[in-house]
Amino acid sequence: MPKNPSIQKVLVLGSGPIVIGQAAEFDYAGTQACRALKEEGVEVVLVNSNPATIMTDKDIADHVYIEPLNIATITQVIAMERPDSILPTLGGQTGLNLAMSLHEEGILEQYGVRLLGTSPESIHKAEDRQGFKDAMEELGQPCVVSDVVENVEDAVTFAGSIGYPVIVRPAYTLGGSGGGIAYDEMGLREIADRGIHLSRVGQVLIERCIAGWKEIEFEVMRDSVGNVIQICSMENIDPVGVHTGDSIVVAPTQTLANREYQMLRSASLDIISALKIEGGCNVQLAMNPESFEYAVIEVNPRVSRSSALASKATGYPIAKVAAKIALGYTLDEIPNAVTGKTTACFEPTVDYCVLKIPRLPFDKFTTASRTLGTQMKATGEVMAISSSFEGALMKAIRSLELPVKSLRMAGLDELYTEEIEERLSRVDDQRLFVVSEALRRGISPETINKITKMDLWFLDRFANIVEMENRLGQGTLDADTLRTAKEMGFADEWIGYLSGKTRKEIKALRESCGIIPSFKMVDTCAAEFEAQTPYYYSTFDAENEALDKPGRDSSRRKVLVLGSGPIRIGQGIEFDYCSVHSVWALQRMGCEAIIINNNPETVSTDFDVADKLYFEPLTAEDVEAIVEQEKPWGAVVQFGGQTAIKLAQALTDMGVPILGTSSDGVDAAEDRERFDEILNRCQIPRAAGRTVYTAEQAVAAANEVGYPVLVRPSYVLGGQGMEIAYHDRNIEDFMRIINRTVQEHPILVDKYLMGRELEVDGVFDGEDILIPGIMEHIERAGVHSGDSISVYPSIHVEEKHKEIILRYTRDLAKALGVIGLINIQFILYNDEVYVIEVNPRSSRTIPYISKVTGVPIIDLATRVMLGEKLKDMGYGVDIYPEGSLYAVKMPVFSFEKLTDVDTGLGPEMKSTGEVLGLAESFPQALLKSFKGANMKLPKPGGRVIITVKDEDKAEIVGIARALADMDIEILATAGTADTLEAADVACSRVARVSEASPNILDMLSSGSVDLVINTPTHGRKNDTDGFKIRRSAVEHSVGCCTAIDTARAMLTVRTQGRSADLRPIDITTI
Amino acid sequence: MKATLILENGDVFTGRSIGAVADRVCEMVFNTSMTGYQEILTDPSYAGQGIVMSYPLIGNYGVNDEDNESERPWAQAFIVRHLARRGSNFRCQGDLDAYLKQYHITGIEGVDTRALTRILRSQGTMNGMITCAEDFSVETCLEKIRAYRVQDTVRQVTCHAPCVYPADGQQKLRVALMDYGFKKNMVRGLQKRGCEVTVFPAYTPAQTILDGKFDGVMLSNGPGDPAENVEIIAELKTLYDSDIPIFAVCLGHQLLALANGCKTHKMTFGHRGANHPVKELASGRCFITSQNHGYVVTPESVDPAVAKISYVNVNEGSVEGLEYVRPNCFTVQFHPEAAPGPQDTATLFDHFVQMMKGGAR
Repeated sequence: MPKNPSIQKVLVLGSGPIVIGQAAEFDYAGTQACRALKEEGVEVVLVNSNPATIMTDKDIADHVYIEPLNIATITQVIAMERPDSILPTLGGQTGLNLAMSLHEEGILEQYGVRLLGTSPESIHKAEDRQGFKDAMEELGQPCVVSDVVENVEDAVTFAGSIGYPVIVRPAYTLGGSGGGIAYDEMGLREIADRGIHLSRVGQVLIERCIAGWKEIEFEVMRDSVGNVIQICSMENIDPVGVHTGDSIVVAPTQTLANREYQMLRSASLDIISALKIEGGCNVQLAMNPESFEYAVIEVNPRVSRSSALASKATGYPIAKVAAKIALGYTLDEIPNAVTGKTTACFEPTVDYCVLKIPRLPFDKFTTASRTLGTQMKATGEVMAISSSFEGALMKAIRSLELPVKSLRMAGLDELYTEEIEERLSRVDDQRLFVVSEALRRGISPETINKITKMDLWFLDRFANIVEMENRLGQGTLDADTLRTAKEMGFADEWIGYLSGKTRKEIKALRESCGIIPSFKMVDTCAAEFEAQTPYYYSTFDAENEALDKPGRDSSRRKVLVLGSGPIRIGQGIEFDYCSVHSVWALQRMGCEAIIINNNPETVSTDFDVADKLYFEPLTAEDVEAIVEQEKPWGAVVQFGGQTAIKLAQALTDMGVPILGTSSDGVDAAEDRERFDEILNRCQIPRAAGRTVYTAEQAVAAANEVGYPVLVRPSYVLGGQGMEIAYHDRNIEDFMRIINRTVQEHPILVDKYLMGRELEVDGVFDGEDILIPGIMEHIERAGVHSGDSISVYPSIHVEEKHKEIILRYTRDLAKALGVIGLINIQFILYNDEVYVIEVNPRSSRTIPYISKVTGVPIIDLATRVMLGEKLKDMGYGVDIYPEGSLYAVKMPVFSFEKLTDVDTGLGPEMKSTGEVLGLAESFPQALLKSFKGANMKLPKPGGRVIITVKDEDKAEIVGIARALADMDIEILATAGTADTLEAADVACSRVARVSEASPNILDMLSSGSVDLVINTPTHGRKNDTDGFKIRRSAVEHSVGCCTAIDTARAMLTVRTQGRSADLRPIDITTI
Repeated sequence: MKATLILENGDVFTGRSIGAVADRVCEMVFNTSMTGYQEILTDPSYAGQGIVMSYPLIGNYGVNDEDNESERPWAQAFIVRHLARRGSNFRCQGDLDAYLKQYHITGIEGVDTRALTRILRSQGTMNGMITCAEDFSVETCLEKIRAYRVQDTVRQVTCHAPCVYPADGQQKLRVALMDYGFKKNMVRGLQKRGCEVTVFPAYTPAQTILDGKFDGVMLSNGPGDPAENVEIIAELKTLYDSDIPIFAVCLGHQLLALANGCKTHKMTFGHRGANHPVKELASGRCFITSQNHGYVVTPESVDPAVAKISYVNVNEGSVEGLEYVRPNCFTVQFHPEAAPGPQDTATLFDHFVQMMKGGAR
């Protein structure tokens, strides 16, 4: 069935800000699908509130709305654009829920918009707990015994009838928000209460706990005539009980015999056939490891994190094919882009092993509970490909960029064997390493299997690695051992560490034995057909498939682009945006762009993007293998965040020219003494500061410059380990935490200036600078720039200060030898501009500022790096003229997913994503950004709790008065209430946390409070009242401002924002 | 122990010996299935061949008695990237290496199986040899390799006397299964649908079958060049000329085509795997199938007066099924009995049962 000709204009909904459970995979899927639609001549209208995405680029869709994802806004867009169809399955759970609501509320019908792909009835069947259960029952597919309940009492009654433990799953939430395993009635009451609250429809499912079963996933597809295929099978190494997003996953399944495998495959295909899915679908199943018994866990009738992984693992572009199916094509009419000869109607088969490891945020959130369960906690993931399981595992571990390079985790070797045994039963992010340590101690795989339920085959693979460690540790370095170790993914550095040699010695030794990496192609078909995919992974096999094709145009200069690795707090999707744009710019300039990255969620690892994709860890050794293979003309490290920039020196040592700013320039910006010298030379002031290595030195330095001070390690991203210290005691606390990770670099102690924070991104060509815009942060210095609300154009910056900023930026760029991008944060304090920090690389503000100013920053920076001059590019120099629109970038957090994390804002970054508000005035833009971030504002007649630290008491009075004037009831704890009453602001007193019920926590759980304004006292303690209040607010979905400036911004919106006047803006018309 | 694989084109691969320590010459083919190595090894269609598994991790779930598709493995040699040293599965009864040794199957692990697959794909199926000798002359080996032919394999794999398998539950029909190298799941597929199955040696005269008053005949899969089975083809003509319902799979499908004047030819590297899409021309529907064949019916040789092509391969259009003009007779190149592979076309067994009951096309 060819394309339906009546489909001409399609609305695509994105997934909004990056949050835990919904990350870059939807940018990958959405971008791929939009391109597929455009390829078919369809006009694409895109709505997504996330400005950091590639899908919101002007060249991906025809009309781009970076607008809040809510019914009112989408309805406005529909009325303006009048699309004939909507594709609901690309924007994750957010997009799907929204499309379903538009359908249910009759808006689609009203405007004659049809839902493409799977019908609403099918989506309902798959998504609704009861609907799904009924459908499975009808099909004869086993489900886990369960019941849907809408209140806690029913949950308790049902659990009593099936027996504890039980799993609680809220309906219609993403990443399993609010779910969990309850082991007794008390636990159940708590989890069920939270789950009912978080569910869109106030329902939770209580089900029999099958923890310990194998968790298996199938990615399947179906077209409109009923052709069904399976794309990829996946097996979770962590058995049922850990969210699949937090599990280590291997593809294809490894421990299922053909009988079980086909049984589950057939079940998956029967399910999508019965549900009449049209497009891609994810089926999750549980398999009893002791029998043929299985159960269907859930079905996601849309693209997902798993479908992104499946696409990258097989080379099969699921989102693209799903988009074409939605247009009416059948699978056998869609060509297979990989082979060019065959069609999309086949099942990929692989001849390698793929492993995914989640990237968990516990390195940043040191106080968070590390326990893994049904609530996803990972911010990102890495994937690795190898011809062996061991090889994929070791590569994936290296890709995580954590201080662990193999199966050995520092510290575990110091524990008693009894402690290791005890920790085996603890399900957390370190379990893989604990299991390995247990094997190292001689605990049998059978014993470990009994405790962890990890399959014996996996345990045997870990044991194999441990045995190799031992062999190398004994100094065995013959050719056979070395070859086997390399095939198992042991890095030279690790072999050297184990055998007491250097990385270089090991490399020389193995090369003398002819053990050198070769590269294999990912081709969807295990070499059965000739393929053209430029998608490679390394092995130590004989044949190398990555050789240049005969007749390659040798005038095309090869440029290596280093990607940004897994998404983590502080290094998000923005850097993938930058990497991809750099690839495109290089290609436009006639270069052959070669990308290295290991993140399966991203656009950069779509084999369609660069000329060549190497799916490899971003370490010096892994990159060197590619360098030796490709012999690039140059390398680009500015765009891949710290991950890429950290490799600048290594690349230089390999003899690869760094395009743009040299590694020496990078070092000059990071090295405190060199940087101070440059500032002096340029006569640029900065806060007084010192470089120290120990706690004693830090205390001395703090007293010298005077409290408060900012303490932080150098060479970090996202303000990791950064704190404001007010007393010696604070410093001692912070140094203890900071020193948990190995410190190769010094600690910086700076005078803390509490001024207005400004940020610029600039492109420098050696002579001229272009600053697309000066951004102003709403929260004053002290809140990490990534967590601040940021406004462009700036509101409070005078012309003279702009001149100074321009001069400083130009001078610094010149002094540091920047060619390409520079990002600088300034403080405006007592009418003076100070420099806080300089990063000679891309930043997280680049995508948004590119979009709102129309300046293609990455394109310009890439061209500059290749020698072009700004003067010749048509965007002028100095500060780019400000436009007429205000753009507000608002951070979005994932606190409800991470228990025990303090939500208070500070110098350490905590947000996972961002939304944009774009409007003609500042208050309107701010209002849009609040809506986009789903921040609820207090309404007249509502209630606000205020409890602030002493330093903020003076400032809170004005805000409280304004709220009270709006007929909002103010509740305050004693100290704050005293201040307010003294200033004649009416308020009621609320009992502190430590006081008897009903106290402030009871108020929060009662659901009668609209907003909390609570500013944190200092220190990293999880037992303060403030911490409990902030956590309680998160758990009960009550908005919480933790900085005075945020509260004031909220007030601005409340008093000056006009919801009725908001208009969606197509950024392609700016 | 070191083992060496020598290909007919002179390429040499060095790896480690697995299974029996022996020299073995055979025809090398590759299979792209990711599961089902035990079913593949015991599929009689591989008689005379060495199998290169393109999926690199083999032996993960060990071996068990239930998953044998015949009494023993028929492949001559087994070539894998990594052999699991321990099998893990609730049905696992032993590891694959011991199993190979038990049945004197020789093998090699640690070779670049993707490179091997690429050679066989681009240069076509060719002979090869595995040797565990330390000293050997490639030239001498090549002589043996070049001289090798897969010959008379149906005679090697077929049973010697008829054997009856009772129906599961109530018996509704009786089926004669011609054993050219049948897979047990074919019998299971019929038993499950209420058929009592009598398996006959390949060379049983057609009249014996007709005298048995069976409700239908199924022609099994099997190894080798279909055209060399002259005797069998002659008997099939007799069966075809009767009115007994016939369902044939793989070699059976090729033999019946030959009996009706069609031709077969050897493919460059054949179809061996669990992901082969076929299209049913009548409905336009596509199905993913399990396949194992090196020969195929030549499309131009199919006389429309005799049969029409009912299924084609979606990738390259080769003949995947025939619907004969003579009532109650259909054949497919792929394996609806799966084992290993997808069960998506198992409904063809239902179709056959309907046909025997007199209710089908």
